[in-house]
Amino acid sequence: MSSRFHLYVSQRGEVSKAQEYTMRILALVAALIAGGVFLLLLGFNPFEIYATMLKGALSTEGMRQETVKLMIPLCLTSLGVTLAFKMRFWNIGAEGQICAGAIAASYFAYFHNHLPQGILLSVMAVAAIIAGGLWGMLPAYFKTRFDTNETLFTLMLNYIIGFFITYLREGPWRDPQGGFAATPRFLKQARLPLVNFPGVGNVHIGWIVMFVILIWVFFYLRYTKQGYELTVVGENINTARYAGMPVKKIIMRTMFLSAGICGLVGMLQVAGPDRQLTDAVANGRGFTAVSIAWLSRLSPIGIALVSFLFSVMEKGCSMMQTDFRIPASMSEILQGIILFCVLGGEFFINFRIGRTRKEA
Amino acid sequence: MFKKTLSLFLSMVMLISLAAVQVHAVMPAVSKEDLKVGAVFIGPSDDGFTGAHYNGIEKMKEAVGLSDEQILYKFNVPENSECESAMRELVDKGCQIIFGNSWGYMNYMEELAEEYPDVVFSHCSGYKNNGVNFNNYFGRIYQARYLSGIAAGLKTTTNKIGYVGAWPDNAEVNGGINAFALGVQSVNPDAVVYVKFINSWGDPTLEKQTAEALLAIDCDVIAQHVDSSMPQVAAQEAGKFGCGYNTDMTAVAPDAHLTAPVWNWASVYTAEIEDLINGVWEPVNYFYGLKEDMVDISPLSKNVAEGTAEKIEEAREKIVSGEWDVFTGPIYNQDGEEVLKEGETLSDADITGTFMVELLIKGVKVE
Repeated sequence: MSSRFHLYVSQRGEVSKAQEYTMRILALVAALIAGGVFLLLLGFNPFEIYATMLKGALSTEGMRQETVKLMIPLCLTSLGVTLAFKMRFWNIGAEGQICAGAIAASYFAYFHNHLPQGILLSVMAVAAIIAGGLWGMLPAYFKTRFDTNETLFTLMLNYIIGFFITYLREGPWRDPQGGFAATPRFLKQARLPLVNFPGVGNVHIGWIVMFVILIWVFFYLRYTKQGYELTVVGENINTARYAGMPVKKIIMRTMFLSAGICGLVGMLQVAGPDRQLTDAVANGRGFTAVSIAWLSRLSPIGIALVSFLFSVMEKGCSMMQTDFRIPASMSEILQGIILFCVLGGEFFINFRIGRTRKEA
Repeated sequence: MFKKTLSLFLSMVMLISLAAVQVHAVMPAVSKEDLKVGAVFIGPSDDGFTGAHYNGIEKMKEAVGLSDEQILYKFNVPENSECESAMRELVDKGCQIIFGNSWGYMNYMEELAEEYPDVVFSHCSGYKNNGVNFNNYFGRIYQARYLSGIAAGLKTTTNKIGYVGAWPDNAEVNGGINAFALGVQSVNPDAVVYVKFINSWGDPTLEKQTAEALLAIDCDVIAQHVDSSMPQVAAQEAGKFGCGYNTDMTAVAPDAHLTAPVWNWASVYTAEIEDLINGVWEPVNYFYGLKEDMVDISPLSKNVAEGTAEKIEEAREKIVSGEWDVFTGPIYNQDGEEVLKEGETLSDADITGTFMVELLIKGVKVE
């Protein structure tokens, strides 16, 4: 007689809020331990390294400024994709929507920079929202008209617009000076003003935009008819139809808003920290935002918190590399281990793995 | 009365001369023990281009006698505001000099230099200089490419040489192609250099495919201005030959590789750091070449044609002695027009600027 263990996965029943948060904290602890083991194997003291990461992200005003500068685009992009995700529309195209917004904003920065700063920046912001929004409505239109797969569609659009920036840099928008291709710098009036963030110091005005959009998304999802509609479409598209909701219109409208916020991120990046159009304007943030949105369970407050933690980790890892001469790839592995554990923890909130003993 | 006037006069002279010293802006000396050097690099420490910079900094560290803790690296830094963040962090950590090795860092470094006048910002591959604390450095890699062109020109039997290029309309890339082609033509006037651009500084898959496409049109030597060694691998697989770049690629393509133009950034890094320690750092632009040992070719492999070493030595001597440089007329563009008259030499500004952006010489064909 032989006996074998069988593993099975089953869905958990009701999970209380307290249980959920305990799981999350456990996952984070597990992540830090797993990362610590990795660091030990490399011959480093994990406590020392984690302390350096925290210090590197938060200890001085200058470092806090850099952390906030990382957080602004991450938080806003996550809020953007969250609108689409609530509707179960898998917008993996934030990367491209950021680029679209950046291009539109840069157009006004390069060719209409005679306008006074306030007007020019407003025009750039509106242009970026519209450009990002339209770029996002393209897959939404095909989805509603031909039922195309939006995951692939939005993903592929990223590459098109990314290369379009390269084209602009190499061709029509190239700075004529110098032997290498680059776009010119923005003039002063096309740059975002710095505003004092209490306890952090001067950061470009994007941090205020971040809080405004955060509050707006919170209310939009929770207290408006449109927010309710898009949630229903997400939960069950047939219910929405039977209830007489204009489903196609809701999908188009929501994608415009989702992508519009991402477009605005593009404007904030080019006019804020970058001060010129570069092909690294999105630089993977559109994808990081997907993880952040999921880890936050599509909750705006959660997004603020998680994107802050992500920024601390990113800034901390950069400091760790320099201080301990850890190769960049190692710090990426460490980030990967931490993310893997935290995301894995989400699985265990919903599911459990059990063992049965089967008589053979 | 006279004494008073004299002393007043003398003190005024002193004041004026002090002011004059400030205008000339020699950075104050930094003691070797207090020195902290920042390095912000576009790639990882083990790729072709950044790898060469990393080796340069490490050699400088040995030569000057600095400790590991005095060198602060930032790798994989993209050409957007993240380079500025990285540099601010390095300033925060007390670096007195910061090197950046990518073109796209230039404008950020220029603005940071204004914000932090006590820190030296030294930028590789650009052209700007603020006359105070911001300069740039680059190398005459075209001289090494010319020498590798000699090896290629002597080796080819089909008289078709392939060249995997990075970006079109780029002064460094075009300068490299032109110098290589001039080297080829100096020993083999009939050979044609076929160029294919990949629109990227490095993309191993694309590099290999592009090399294969060039081999397919009968090129039997493959040169490259891209980061990986894949073009050499492609040449080896086809039983053909090639000239690598950045590092000696003989190990990865032992039966194909001839020689590779290589960088030795230690010379410029050591010069700048020693100047800073000695209090004589000035905002001059460095453009070192074969003579200063900034660029060279890797040792000739067993695959080179007979007589290659002698021909290369001959050209090297002329360049090192300063008797002659690669871009000396007559030089003709692709339409056959003379762009540089007999005996004239291109200025450094033309070699690194728009002149070169617009020039591909006769005997180069873009596929």
